[in-house]
Amino acid sequence: MQDGLLRVEGVRFAYDEAACWMLSVDQLSLGSERMVCLVGPNGSGKSTLLRLLAGVIAPQSGRIALAGKDMQGMSRATIARRIGYLPQESPALFDLSIDEVVMMGRYVHGAGWGGVSSGDLAAVARALDAVDLVRLRRRRLSQVSGGERRRALIASVLAQEPEILLLDEPTSALDIHHAVDLMRLLAGFRPPEPAVIVVTHDINLASLFSDRMLLLQAGQVLTDGAAACVVTPANLHAVYGGGFLLERHPQTGVPLVVPMREMGCCADGKEALHVR
Amino acid sequence: MCARSAGVLRGIWPYAMLAMCALCLLPWVGGESIVPQEVWAFVRGSGNVQGIIFFQQRLPRVLAAMLVGGGLAVAGCSLQILFRNPLAEPWTLGISGGASVGAFLAYAFPQLVIRVWGVDSTALMALLGAAAVMGLLLWCARGRGGVPIQTLLLGGVTISVLTSGLMMLTVYFISPYRFFSFQRWMMGGLDIAGFQGIVPFLFTGIPGLFLLVQVARAYNHLALGEELALGHGVDVVRVRWQTLLGAGLLTAGCVAIAGPIGFVGLIIPHAVRRLSGFDNRVVMPGAFFLGGAVLAVADGAARTVLAPTEIPVGVIMAVVGGPVFLYLLLRRVQ
Repeated sequence: MQDGLLRVEGVRFAYDEAACWMLSVDQLSLGSERMVCLVGPNGSGKSTLLRLLAGVIAPQSGRIALAGKDMQGMSRATIARRIGYLPQESPALFDLSIDEVVMMGRYVHGAGWGGVSSGDLAAVARALDAVDLVRLRRRRLSQVSGGERRRALIASVLAQEPEILLLDEPTSALDIHHAVDLMRLLAGFRPPEPAVIVVTHDINLASLFSDRMLLLQAGQVLTDGAAACVVTPANLHAVYGGGFLLERHPQTGVPLVVPMREMGCCADGKEALHVR
Repeated sequence: MCARSAGVLRGIWPYAMLAMCALCLLPWVGGESIVPQEVWAFVRGSGNVQGIIFFQQRLPRVLAAMLVGGGLAVAGCSLQILFRNPLAEPWTLGISGGASVGAFLAYAFPQLVIRVWGVDSTALMALLGAAAVMGLLLWCARGRGGVPIQTLLLGGVTISVLTSGLMMLTVYFISPYRFFSFQRWMMGGLDIAGFQGIVPFLFTGIPGLFLLVQVARAYNHLALGEELALGHGVDVVRVRWQTLLGAGLLTAGCVAIAGPIGFVGLIIPHAVRRLSGFDNRVVMPGAFFLGGAVLAVADGAARTVLAPTEIPVGVIMAVVGGPVFLYLLLRRVQ
């Protein structure tokens, strides 16, 4: 595997060291693929891994290296110049305009109290264009839909011009049309736009759009590879239990998960994930 | 470089003009009427009573009102952002309470009286009290991640209640005469004599002000949540420390000059946000100028309305400020 910008080495992390839940990842290299999806059930450690990668939390042991250097000694600004991170929720205290939100992504590039350079304006314009919000740039957050609001926040991280973009469930709370649009947008990023690492619950979107998938369970990476190797009956059974069928996507042939109406009932020629 | 900087300046200048007007006009207001000719004569070297009143009483007093009002408003603005709570202000954290307890001790134990550079023991003890509470809060917020911000807020409120309880308790141990003068102090007032009354502010308030205004841009990011602010590259832990330290120093300076004065720190930031939007690079300087002007006007009223007696300016702020805040609150609900 090619060496990525982000390397995880022997990382152990627990929110509460007395509790038994712990994230442990021995070796991981990320950032060389354009689009990586982290999937897994609730509590499997997807978001925790993403937060570790973003340097928002620090591991109790092991190290996470950004371009070969341990992230723990780096300043927030140094990390933010290379890694953009959008948390699952970012409740706004004030009703900011989309323009203002996107301009905030330029924090690490501005000096001190912050004038605006022509470079800042160009980056903001590019980011707004990428998420197709140029038309709505003067609107306030309270005046746009949930999907547009999420896209505005993504644009703010894009304006930061990082090399890797970490997104925690960007498609949650979006309808299927906006969710697909967003994933298509992210998967379509080419340099100088950032490589993307996405946490998602939606295995089908992940399978369809990712170059690489990581399936997590109980704080460990269970499988890691192309969608076809990860979305298999055995893996899904191990992580999610039964009640699904696997289908092939009619256009690309990647595996898709289809819920079964009744447990154990399975049509001919289809791979049943779990038959009781 | 210029587009947004010019916008920031454009946002600030009306407030600055207002503050300038207050500074120029208010020294003429008061129980004793003052004519410009006499003041001019005083400037030219002829000693007269009106000139002394103007330069040694009114001018330092108006200046003190502007520093205290502005300082409390800026501290309130920062705390509201840090705690993500529109009700946060220096009182909420117990810093004002701590300063009051300190001042109270100075009243209760007159043998503690000392004077340094014209700063008397009341101001010094207020600084010590505020420092104690601030130290407690900083100790709570120690460590890389620190405690959750909501816990810190609850801690501050608890300290605030604790300090007022302490004061009520010790009221039983002091003489009635001292009790009266302390109660007068508790109402908040700007009856300082000469410019040396402002000295305590120079050592604490000015550095505090600097610490807070320096992170104005980071506060904009905190308004979108701490996690996203981290993602944008804001050193949230440092901003938190700087805010607690800055707000503590600034509040201590204000309380040392004027005693506890409520509502300025609460209302003014909200008023400026209503008028000028949410960019803290505009809101914080705007709050400084508006808070200063408002408190100076309130103080002008305090020493004029019942002349030759004075109403404590804290009372005016509470009586007039209360309804104004209620109005803002109800308007927001609609």
